[in-house]
Amino acid sequence: MQATTTRHNPRIITLGALLLLALGAMIITSTGMGFIEISPAEVIKVIISRITGDPGLVAGLDPVFSFVIMDVRLPRILTAAIVGSGLSICGVLFQGILLNPLADPYTLGISSGAAFGASLALIANLTLFGIYSVPLFAFIGALATLIVVLYLSSFDGQMSANTLILSGVIVGAILAAGISFMKYLADEQVAMIIYWLMGSFASKTWTDVAVSLGAVLGGLGVAVFYGRDLNIMSLGGRASNSLGVETARVRKILLITGSLVAAVCVSVSGIIGFIGLIVPHLMRFLIGPDNRNLALVAALAGGLLLLVADTVTRAVLPTEVPIGVLTALIGGPFFCYIFRRRQQGAIHG
Amino acid sequence: MAEPGFALEKVAFAYGDKTVLDDLSLDLAPGRFYGLVGPNGCGKSTLLDLLMGNQKPAAGTVCYAGRPLADYHRRELARHLALVPQDFTIHFAFTVLEVVLMGRHPYLPRFGAASAEDLAIAEQAMAAIGIEDFKDRYVTELSGGEKQRVVVARALAQATPVLMLDEATSNLDIGHTMEIFNVARDRVRNQGDTVIAVIHNLNLATAYCDEIIFMKAGKITASGPTTETMTPDNIAQVFGVESRVRVDEFSKSLQVSFKYGG
Repeated sequence: MQATTTRHNPRIITLGALLLLALGAMIITSTGMGFIEISPAEVIKVIISRITGDPGLVAGLDPVFSFVIMDVRLPRILTAAIVGSGLSICGVLFQGILLNPLADPYTLGISSGAAFGASLALIANLTLFGIYSVPLFAFIGALATLIVVLYLSSFDGQMSANTLILSGVIVGAILAAGISFMKYLADEQVAMIIYWLMGSFASKTWTDVAVSLGAVLGGLGVAVFYGRDLNIMSLGGRASNSLGVETARVRKILLITGSLVAAVCVSVSGIIGFIGLIVPHLMRFLIGPDNRNLALVAALAGGLLLLVADTVTRAVLPTEVPIGVLTALIGGPFFCYIFRRRQQGAIHG
Repeated sequence: MAEPGFALEKVAFAYGDKTVLDDLSLDLAPGRFYGLVGPNGCGKSTLLDLLMGNQKPAAGTVCYAGRPLADYHRRELARHLALVPQDFTIHFAFTVLEVVLMGRHPYLPRFGAASAEDLAIAEQAMAAIGIEDFKDRYVTELSGGEKQRVVVARALAQATPVLMLDEATSNLDIGHTMEIFNVARDRVRNQGDTVIAVIHNLNLATAYCDEIIFMKAGKITASGPTTETMTPDNIAQVFGVESRVRVDEFSKSLQVSFKYGG
């Protein structure tokens, strides 16, 4: 094939490889960072020894290292990276389906639904499912919201981007009022609600890693599978139908996939904004709008970015800043900058 | 296989309570250039949507090549029918070539890339429409008219025996308009393709179309060979304007002139 059809191919491979390398390096480095400093070589030794079951590798190392790495830090670090990937994939999907570069994983009110469910569990002190009560209620809240929003915006089997966005905004507003009311009613739990709303990866477990990894890999698979259909859908519904794309069906599948991944991410970590908005933008600027490549590269970049942010708040800053606050504080101004450049026609996102 | 033409029988269609097409029957033979004319909102685009299988009729059947459209898979249909829609917005910064190559989608396996042959077909389509010079430009940077030509090239790359144009030249100057209609007419003449075009400019319709279908308020008021249907009576009935139709020496075609300011 000529260079023009694969205009970004060498670039995509280079970028993908660089991101993969950076992500791997970041996981190792960040695992070593924190109150107890551990060198990257020691981190690698501990991980390999745990995987292979060979105790010889860790001979002479402080046994506490193994516990800190395998039971405290790695679950948190991996969860952060996986959630970052998930949110970015959702961003790619939602921006593509809604044909709106401002769409993000929370456009359909998923975050408000999750927040409502989590607040409910916290205020009512529901501990039915132990430590998984809050995430489970968050997930149920997100799912219920999705169902309501899809119901509100479906008409004759069609869903227009505008009605979807509008339904998401309306349902989100109602839920936000409900959350405010619960905060008003709550006594000592109000701090927990606020803390949850701002997002955190503190005390994540291997279960969180497994659940989020499953959801994110599934989401990535679906995104890549329907990637070319999604590309063609950017020509508009009439054109994509005429090109053999089952537009209504693909759109519904991708909406539900994106929402499920977002719901899992939110339940695991709380509400983390801007990653799902900025990463797809940035990657589209670097490699073009082909959603098949975009989903893969955005997954890597989103994982890296959220891991860096979480490492900053965990190990660099003197006190832990809620991760959702950090991403908004960094992401917000950055987004303003991109938005400004776009208006000036310098970026074609 | 039966003749690859269309047969519509007692077709009706409504958006909610609003009836758009009512008891419409029509046969379209292959190898002809059809012009759909009528006032805004008379159901022309809806008729194209029904012919494309984009919408399903509320009553009646639409058959293509002897089979109801509902029996076709969308992908299969996309190898027979191509559409240039009215709305030619493209929301992301694909290059012109990438958009034209999307026309090859119905032929590609899900994870397959475009072959050299697909690329050649895309290049040919771009050359026919005269856009090969900006194949590497981003569609989001193009003017409305340029975008419209890209969308036409994309439909040509689909290489279908039937091409539908929904006001495909609404944003184009006369030169580019004729370029597109010439390509369409050549395909009808040389390959026996069928073209069905919604056209607002009656003189353009008269010059290119073998047959004209007049529509008003969801019904066909006249249809048949251009020389028989393009008459002042039909024009007055559909558009409510006074006109005169006569052979023009220079264009070697029937031409319509209107009484303005009346």
